[in-house]
Formats: sequence, structure tokens, C-alpha cells
Amino acid sequence: MKRKHRRLMVVLTSLGLLGAAAALVLTAVEDSLVFFYTPSDLTKNTTPPETLFRLGGLVEEGSVRKDGATTYFNVTDLQKTISASYTGVLPDLFRPGQGVVAEGKLNPDGSFTATEVLAKHDETYMPKEVADALRKSGQWRDGSIIQ
Amino acid sequence: MFHRFANPARFSRIATRILPWSAAATIAMFIIGIYYALFASPADFQQGETVRIMYVHVPSAWISMACYTFIAVMSAIALIWKHPLADIAARSAAPLGVGFTLIVLITGSLWGKPTWGTWWVWDARLTSVLVLFFLYLGHIALTNAFDNPQRGARAAAVLALVGFVNIPIIKFSVDWWNTLHQPASVTRLDAPAIDPAILTPLLLMALAFTLYFFTMLLIRMRADLNGARARALRLSAAE
Repeated sequence: MKRKHRRLMVVLTSLGLLGAAAALVLTAVEDSLVFFYTPSDLTKNTTPPETLFRLGGLVEEGSVRKDGATTYFNVTDLQKTISASYTGVLPDLFRPGQGVVAEGKLNPDGSFTATEVLAKHDETYMPKEVADALRKSGQWRDGSIIQ
Repeated sequence: MFHRFANPARFSRIATRILPWSAAATIAMFIIGIYYALFASPADFQQGETVRIMYVHVPSAWISMACYTFIAVMSAIALIWKHPLADIAARSAAPLGVGFTLIVLITGSLWGKPTWGTWWVWDARLTSVLVLFFLYLGHIALTNAFDNPQRGARAAAVLALVGFVNIPIIKFSVDWWNTLHQPASVTRLDAPAIDPAILTPLLLMALAFTLYFFTMLLIRMRADLNGARARALRLSAAE
């Protein structure tokens, strides 16, 4: 009986310590764990120009403009907005109001030149008819349900 | 209370009695689930028909994490209370976990290309699932690495418990850090973000996958017990 309890205590304490260690490590390396930075993050920890990083946010409505193979669009997190450009083929789900993650560099003038664009979709799934009905009744704008 | 099921002979008897039923239920649920997933459900308003990959991807992901949690619990029981059946359960479940994790990675990749525009990215969710895959492989390798099976079981049990830190990381990676992978749709505090027409096939398929996992686990555990009995008989016959 005694040894059983001791083993239980050893396992529980080791798991607790391990969890704490993992939590500390993960908080310490948090910066390298985020997949992308939001426009607001950029103004906080001034990323120098000419470093490759990923910028994520929503494609601002009405900001998408095509010029030949180059697409100009604004990435916004609804607080800050950065204008971006990308030359190449965009993913199918790239559309105004939708999430986007673009890899590229910041230009000296504060705009962003992307070398790769990924579409980020949100966690809502619904049939087309439901989306149309929501749009019609005004409860929906492309991107999010109005709470 | 679990001591009753921890008796290997009694477990084998119960497993034999349950197996035909769970196998039949698995097949029935897969027929219903696949019918709903492929025919009786609508396409998504944004992703179109691609959304049907979810009906395989998400249940496999749930099972791959649930299977690891099962192995971790069994490992703790094996280390603390020394139930031989717990070791057998852990080592029988590990190859199933490998299979489900592989399905998650492959279907995720096939889904990522048309929706995100990439097969693979090193974001926190995808990377932690890849780590889960390697943990399963490590568990199997350790189990079989020693001449003495009990030492192998012990080493694998310690690995399973240490690797358990990865499970909350997988689950909450999409909430803690910016990832390309979208956050949870079903297990949210408020209502699921999935329309009932799409949620129904998902839950049916999840039930089918769970039944399949349960059935395969029973088959594997019974086979493991029978193998041990065959070895013991051969040893006693050789004497």
C-alpha cells in the first residue's frame, strides 16, 4: 500500500513539474511560436525593414486592386492597417473581408511587399443558402456574423 | 471497481462477447456517416465541396488526441498500480494512434492546399501534431527496444506521460498563438460555429471513428493476450 502511494506521488509531482517547465519554456519562446504578426504588433515592436516575416489580418473591404499580375490590398486588424502588394497567383479563398497571412518584407515607406500569400479561413461553416439568407436579412457582412 | 476488468482472462471473455456487436455498430455507423458526409450534406458557402475533407480530418484528429490521452492514463495506471492489462492496453493503442495521426496529417495537407494555398506550414498547431506523430513512433520503438518486455513497457510508459504535455499544447495552440489553422469550431464555450447541416455528418463520422477505434483496440488487446498465452504454453511444452 505504502509503495503504491509513493509511486502515485512521484508520478503526480513529476507531471506537475513537467507541466510548469513546459509552460515556462512556451512563454519564454512565445515570439517564435506565433505564425504571423498583426499590423498592431508591428507598431508595438518596430520590426526593422528588410527582414522576412509574416503579416496576418483581414483583407480590408474595397481595398483590393489589380494591376496586371500584381494585387494591391490592405491588411487590417481593425485597429491598424498596412497596405500590401503581391505579384503572383492568389489562393482561391483570398477575398475581401477574409483572413490572410502574407510573408514578405516591410518597405521603408511602411508598405508591405509579399512574396507568398496564404488564405486563413475562420471557424464558421455553413451551407451557401444559409449564408445567403443571413446576408439578405442583414445579419451578416462578409467575414463575420454581426453579434 | 476496475479490478474486475483488470483480470486478463475475464477481459478476454468480455471482449469476445462485445466484439461482434461493436464491429456491427462500427460498420453501420460508417455507412450512415459516409452517406451523410458525401450525399446528404450541403457544400460550404466558402470552401465548396472541399469541406467534406473535414468529416475525416476532424474525427481523426479527435481520436488521435483521445488515443494518446488513453495511453497516458493507462501508462500511469501501469506505473503506479502495476496492472498488467494497462500495459497491454497502452501498447495495443499506440499503432492505432499512429494511423489516426497519419490520417490527420495527410488529409490536413490535402485540405490545406485548396483552402490556405499551401500543403504545410510550421505553425503551432501543425507542428505540435507532427510532434504527436513522432511521440507515437517513439512509444512503439521503446516498447520493443528491450529484450525484457517489462522494461520496454516501463520506458514507454514514462515517455507517454512526459509526452502528455503535448496534448494541451495541440488543443490550445490555436487559442494561445497566432496560427494559420483556424480555432476550434465545435468545442467552444458558446454554440458551435458550424451549421447543423454540416455538424450532423461530422458528429456521425466522429461516432463511427470512435467505434472503430474501440473495436480495433479490443481486437488488438485480445490478440496480445492470446499471444502471451501461446508463448507461455510453448515454454511449458518445451520443458
